[in-house]
Amino acid sequence: MSGSPVAAAGDDRLAGWETVVGLEVHCELATATKLFCGCPNRFGAAPNTQVCPVCLGLPGSLPVLNRRAVELAVRVGRALHCTIRPSTFHRKNYFYPDMPKDFQISQYDEPIDVDGYLELPSGRRIGIERAHIEEDTGKTAHLGGGGRIHGADRSLVDYNRAGVPLVEIVSRPDMRGADEARAYVAELRAILVASGVSDGRMEEGSLRVDANVSVRPIGAERFGTRCEVKNLNSLRSLGRAVEHEAARQVALIETGERVVQQTRHWDEVEGRTSAMRSKEEANDYRYFPEPDLVPLAPDEAFVEAAAAGLPLMPADRRARLAALVPHEADGLLPASTADQVATTVDLGLDDLVVAAMACGADARLALARTANEAAQTPEAARRLDPQAFARLVELEASGSLSATQAKAVLAELLAGGGEPEEIARRLGYEALGSGALVDALDAVVAAHPAEWARYLAGEDKVAQLLTGQVMKATKGRANGKAVAAALAARRG
Amino acid sequence: MSGAGGPRPGAEGLSDAASIASRVRSGELRAADVAEQVLGDVESRDAELHCFNLVTGEAMRAAAAEVDRLVATGADPGPLAGVPVALKDNLCTKGVPTTCSSRMLEGWSPPYDATVVRRLVAAGALVVGKTNLDEFAMGSSTENSAFGPTRNPWDTGRVPGGSSGGSAAAVAAGFAALALGSDTGGSIRQPAALCGVVGIKPTYGLVSRYGLVAFASSLDQVGPFATTVADAALLLETIAGHDEMDSTSLGGPVPRLTEALRSGVDGLRVGVVRDFLADASADCVAAVRNGADVLSRAGASVEDVALPELLHGLSAYYLIAPAEASSNLARYDGVRYGLRVDGEDVEQMNARTRAAGFGPEVRRRIMLGTYVLSAGYYDAYYAQAQRVRTLVARAFARAYEHVDVLLAPTAPSVAFPLGAKTEDPLEMYLADLFTIPSNLAGHPAMSVPFALDGQGLPVGVQVLAPALGEVAMLRAGVALESGATPGARGPVRPGAVV
Ligand SMILES: [Zn+2]
Repeated sequence: MSGSPVAAAGDDRLAGWETVVGLEVHCELATATKLFCGCPNRFGAAPNTQVCPVCLGLPGSLPVLNRRAVELAVRVGRALHCTIRPSTFHRKNYFYPDMPKDFQISQYDEPIDVDGYLELPSGRRIGIERAHIEEDTGKTAHLGGGGRIHGADRSLVDYNRAGVPLVEIVSRPDMRGADEARAYVAELRAILVASGVSDGRMEEGSLRVDANVSVRPIGAERFGTRCEVKNLNSLRSLGRAVEHEAARQVALIETGERVVQQTRHWDEVEGRTSAMRSKEEANDYRYFPEPDLVPLAPDEAFVEAAAAGLPLMPADRRARLAALVPHEADGLLPASTADQVATTVDLGLDDLVVAAMACGADARLALARTANEAAQTPEAARRLDPQAFARLVELEASGSLSATQAKAVLAELLAGGGEPEEIARRLGYEALGSGALVDALDAVVAAHPAEWARYLAGEDKVAQLLTGQVMKATKGRANGKAVAAALAARRG
Repeated sequence: MSGAGGPRPGAEGLSDAASIASRVRSGELRAADVAEQVLGDVESRDAELHCFNLVTGEAMRAAAAEVDRLVATGADPGPLAGVPVALKDNLCTKGVPTTCSSRMLEGWSPPYDATVVRRLVAAGALVVGKTNLDEFAMGSSTENSAFGPTRNPWDTGRVPGGSSGGSAAAVAAGFAALALGSDTGGSIRQPAALCGVVGIKPTYGLVSRYGLVAFASSLDQVGPFATTVADAALLLETIAGHDEMDSTSLGGPVPRLTEALRSGVDGLRVGVVRDFLADASADCVAAVRNGADVLSRAGASVEDVALPELLHGLSAYYLIAPAEASSNLARYDGVRYGLRVDGEDVEQMNARTRAAGFGPEVRRRIMLGTYVLSAGYYDAYYAQAQRVRTLVARAFARAYEHVDVLLAPTAPSVAFPLGAKTEDPLEMYLADLFTIPSNLAGHPAMSVPFALDGQGLPVGVQVLAPALGEVAMLRAGVALESGATPGARGPVRPGAVV
């Protein structure tokens, strides 16, 4: 895997330094029920209404593993190119009021998914160390004391979320800088949504990110000491937190101090990270195998059935689309085209482009109109009739419509559908249709036989005069390139 | 305090469960009359014995009325119709306090019934109440109860054993024909032996643990107490079988246990665990030897087997069980239910609640278990104990290549005086030396009342079998029962009033 240094854009505090990032992403699985009981897995219900003896951890209750959650974890593994293996559950013991049993059931040293990767739109592959199943905790609201548990006057706990199934996806420290960290989470989110595993709603807590950040001089082999930054609830927070934390570490090192490995809390309002109280992170989790659950050993049939119907992942879709677009002589895609491919796939418009190409549309032009124009209204674009879109692209490619005109017609198509030829006529671009152009050319040739003869004899500069006449005849509405093409075609 | 061998309390009390059910089902006996007799008996005599933490008289009368109504209408009232049953107070009962004999859960009522309780009620049984135990089932004498000890009906100056001492004593006293207990390291078999009743720890997973308040999840198993082997088999058959609420519960059909009772022991291969005999009292050793003779005369082949590994089970158990307990009991933190002692912050509230709510033995085991699982000690203690556990299972497997069941003392001695071992936890732990290996291996084992010692106290003999070997175990159990010293089992006599 290449480790090309990427400096955080616009942050010269980091000059000469490379930021190394590994991410732990908690993803709520989109199951109907919780991980170990039959309570609904639903966001937004009144507090403590989605609970039962099991997810409240009442004395005597026992967990029963949700089969669907395992299926979704298998889908995550497949989508991330992981090995799916027999796994076990452990108890992670620590006291916290939002955890009903005061331990969390989680997979520890034998996770279900191991050794995969995720390919970014840039083409870089980020290693996935593991993805494991675990249960979510409840939510605590602290009244007074600045909203943190220490110093609060009272705390209220809502256990609706307790026992909701999660997969925790742990990357290798393969990201270099805040931008790449953001790109990773965006790509992972797209994969999880495409796999039907998650709704991907970060604002509702469906995806939660912890970042392990360290810095090292560019060119250094060894990793620096890392800090784990928690409480990153948006891509924006992630980017800001990584940049801030890297800068903090660089400043420490440059003033002769050491980075201390610790867990830090991101404060979105202050825009800075701060060390958690040492007590909060001094936990010895006393992991041991969960005796109330049996080992999980999905056989091949289960894995295949669970993974069945997985759609193409974004990276595969980018590859499929890129393969249809002409490449440069060096075999690479121009950067702008690669960006268009990424945008198109990100918005789920690649099927439109592929279908339009199948109808004969020019690949590059179809991609450009999709990524630049259709992408502005992706909802409408996904409803676009590929045949109509293909004909529009062809009108532009053939010169019947100028780029500006084609964009105007596309806007109409997106707004209300219809036939591109008819829209062009309605917008007054009808005269520029090939029929009208030929008529105008016929008239000009008839009126200027001498010039036409010189042009036929190979005197190319006469073309300019003839074109001017056509433009005049069409009151300037003709497309110059189209006229030139029509002239050349007539000469044969 | 009554002297040992004196008049048996409850001697004119209940008959066996099978007889009660049969007579109630036929309409010859009214369940309501059974209930009234039991409740009156408990009222007059349990103040001294303290078998029960709670007597659920009204619910019992209502259940009895329902049984009688079903009988009157010709409907099937269930195989345990009208049979009084006592429940160890660590089994969840919907809307009925379930304390685990701990201040921590005093006053807490579960919103649900344990699976075994549901099955009992569906079978027509009448729940008498919730019986006393060592706090959270940690102990071997029922003296660790926060609500005071239970006394042994054979001699009220002695302990009933534990941790299911209340259930064992309730059956011995004639307060219930049947009782449920839980057995993590001997907590059914040892009190059964000390109270002269039958007690079975089933194969791990044969009976659902859903609703059993966990002590050590990989070892806990619910099982029956009864005055006869047949009754114990009947109760086990009623509560056994897969439960989708317990992931460790076994699938497959329940063995036809009551049918096994008529099979005899002809051809049964019996091994006597020689290594246990050195650590047992002379009376207990004699009971095992005499039991072996009884089986031999009935057609079984008997040999001594050497299983020295089993003696290491005790130390492995006292690492594994506290480790699991330290995690299982973490939830008693004052946040959601049970006791709460306020503090300056959450951590102080947690700490104060746990210090006030747990008794010394529970605290000792939580600290031990926390230590055992700590980073840096896990491999030396917990992981090593798991290896010993594997060795114990292998030793059993070696024996069961040659024999169908094993015979051993249930406990090292008969019932000991109250207070005799409370100052020395390690001495108390030794009470489970012979019962623990079956829990570590997940195997079934039972204690059968077989003899009386010189003071007239009951002596039990233990039958051990491989996983799902309940049928062979019960065949041996019945044979032992028929060869037992007259009067050695529970104070139930022929010609009982009910
Ligand atoms: Zn629930």
